[in-house]
Amino acid sequence: MKKSTTILALVMALALSGGTLSACGNESKADASGKGHVYYHSMKVEQVGQYKQLAKRFTKKTGITVDITSASSDQYEQSLKGELAKSKAPTLFDVDNNNFPNWSSYYDDMSDTNPYKDLTKKEFALKSEGKVSAVPFIMERYGLIYNKALLKKYFDSSWSTIKSVDKINNFKALKTVADEIQEHKNDLGVSGAFTSAGFDPSSMHRFSDQTAHIPVYYEYKDQKTDTIPAKISGKYMPNFKNIFDLYLKDATVAPTQLAGATMEDAYSDFNLKKAVFIQTGTWAYKQLRGQGVADEDMGVLPIYIGTKGEEKEGLTVSFEYWAMNKNASDKDKKATKEWMDYILNDNDARKYTSEEMGFETPFKSYAKAGFKTANPIHRANDAYAKAGNYDVVIYPLPSQQWVSTLGNAMLEYAQGTKDWGNVKTAFVDGWSSEYKITH
Amino acid sequence: MLSMAGKSVRKWWALFALPTFAAFVIGFLVPFVMSIILSFCHFATVTDAKFIGIHNYAAALRDPEFWHALAFTVAFTVVTTLIINILGFAVAYLLTTNIRGANIFRSVFFMPNLIGGIILGYIWMLLLNGILAHWGRSITYSGVYGFWGLVILYCWQQIGYMMIIYISGLQSLPGDVIEAAQVDGANGRQTLFHITIPLMMPSITVCTFLTVTNGFKLFDQNLALTNGAPSNSSEMLALNIYRTFYGRPGFEGVGQAKAVIFFVIVAAIAIIQNRLTTSKEVTA
Repeated sequence: MKKSTTILALVMALALSGGTLSACGNESKADASGKGHVYYHSMKVEQVGQYKQLAKRFTKKTGITVDITSASSDQYEQSLKGELAKSKAPTLFDVDNNNFPNWSSYYDDMSDTNPYKDLTKKEFALKSEGKVSAVPFIMERYGLIYNKALLKKYFDSSWSTIKSVDKINNFKALKTVADEIQEHKNDLGVSGAFTSAGFDPSSMHRFSDQTAHIPVYYEYKDQKTDTIPAKISGKYMPNFKNIFDLYLKDATVAPTQLAGATMEDAYSDFNLKKAVFIQTGTWAYKQLRGQGVADEDMGVLPIYIGTKGEEKEGLTVSFEYWAMNKNASDKDKKATKEWMDYILNDNDARKYTSEEMGFETPFKSYAKAGFKTANPIHRANDAYAKAGNYDVVIYPLPSQQWVSTLGNAMLEYAQGTKDWGNVKTAFVDGWSSEYKITH
Repeated sequence: MLSMAGKSVRKWWALFALPTFAAFVIGFLVPFVMSIILSFCHFATVTDAKFIGIHNYAAALRDPEFWHALAFTVAFTVVTTLIINILGFAVAYLLTTNIRGANIFRSVFFMPNLIGGIILGYIWMLLLNGILAHWGRSITYSGVYGFWGLVILYCWQQIGYMMIIYISGLQSLPGDVIEAAQVDGANGRQTLFHITIPLMMPSITVCTFLTVTNGFKLFDQNLALTNGAPSNSSEMLALNIYRTFYGRPGFEGVGQAKAVIFFVIVAAIAIIQNRLTTSKEVTA
């Protein structure tokens, strides 16, 4: 009697604790078909629903099951750390340029995959230790998005020096336009040429990361490399200062208040037509669409910093990359490749990704079949591409820490608490020291 | 003689404790042991670690920002512990006397505690930035601004909580001792310093313990209010550890080592503080 109650009690206790703890685990569906299984951890949290739709179609077609998980962009790295530690880890995951070095012990060689073979330019793929580690599948572009109507008002004014947007093809012209707009802001009814260069965490990366990529691109080009160099020369620091000073001086907000200015503030400056230019990219279309500036009024200029030959500069192109987990089983790897091929080649999938999900891809097959998104910021690039302008490709930065140290130095320069030398140190010396501790 | 219920509890306590114990093991003990092990390893994910000895600890102690964060945190803890406990006690003292609306005031003072740290951080960021905008500044203008911003925020949040503990302490004071003091002709001041405060030492122990350890461990408010800006000069220890862990590839172990050092410091301070205040406790 006594023994049986003890056993019963134990069983019940286990059941009870099992009940409380079962919420912790969320095991994925087992691979019942024997065809392998795809587990995709995506960076696009807002599009998980659409990914799941796509996965459903894929499963219907091939019988391979796909699990999709995601985390918001600021939580993505943390979540990936957790996901990759699982025994059933993702077979495919997204990486971006800055976080690329973090996962080098997980990358499978992707040189024999179709997405890699189908890239319009092989140099877009990220390489580490001599193998193709990550292949881009979504292209993003960024630059200076401008309000065409406001700019036209400027061109039509008697006091304007520059009379058409084609003439804004270098830093000098850009500065002339911005300075004149700032000077006559009341005539144009704006508060500044540029939206606030906010240094709130939601906006800081626009400068310490996105703007910084422009001089970094030229550094890579000078060193004729596409893998991260141990040192940079700092040759383009004056150019970097040019553009940043312009953002600070010809803006809607005083530099001392930038620390608290958010991304939302910048969007609203643009949407309410308080500013002519905003430095952001294709991803921002969701926040700009139907908010005051019509699609046909959105144009995009490259970010000119005053380098030689920049008249042929195009928009900056950044990517989101696929990386395959080398620890996945062969069967799962095969299934994962099929999933990528499906997105690459299936007409139904291509239509869905480009029209519904709004992806612009770097694949030849998409271009050939004519699949492209209607996003006006993407389409603004077509003219530059047609004119044969070069893409400013974003190349790897040493670490996330480099980005935030640089951002802080830029903020302190902006609000006048430290000088430009500090930014230069963070940029150039910071590069080699970060490289040293992370490589 | 034990009651029936007491007998059953004595026999079955293990059973009832099991679910919570299991959760405690999974949610606390296992991560704690793992984190100590991982602090001696190089790793990118927690299941894939390579032993590298005390390298992480050396790197952690070499990091000047870690020392800055430590100094910032100590200063913050000292300042907030003093302000919160003095004001918390004062408010409690006031609200246990016969003033009108004491209950409403108690609720009002306690209210900030019910708001989560992150939300509080954002609300105070908006408030403080709104005020500082008059001088064309913002809360992240310098580390000093961040420090006092955090102090204001944290005091506002914690005073009400400590007040509740002090109120319950004050209410349970033995009335006869105070009466006896009055009969002996003690004035209000003498009663406060020689009777009330010594008798309140248990509450003071609890409150200082809570404010010291919570001040040291402050994270959410720091993250939301300043996020360490500018240049990590308003960064406290917990945020520094978090940033170390996620900021650079290959630094997960260093972050882990910092976390272990952090634990040792907090535990040591808590024990010393507890000893100190407990030794001052008296019985009426």
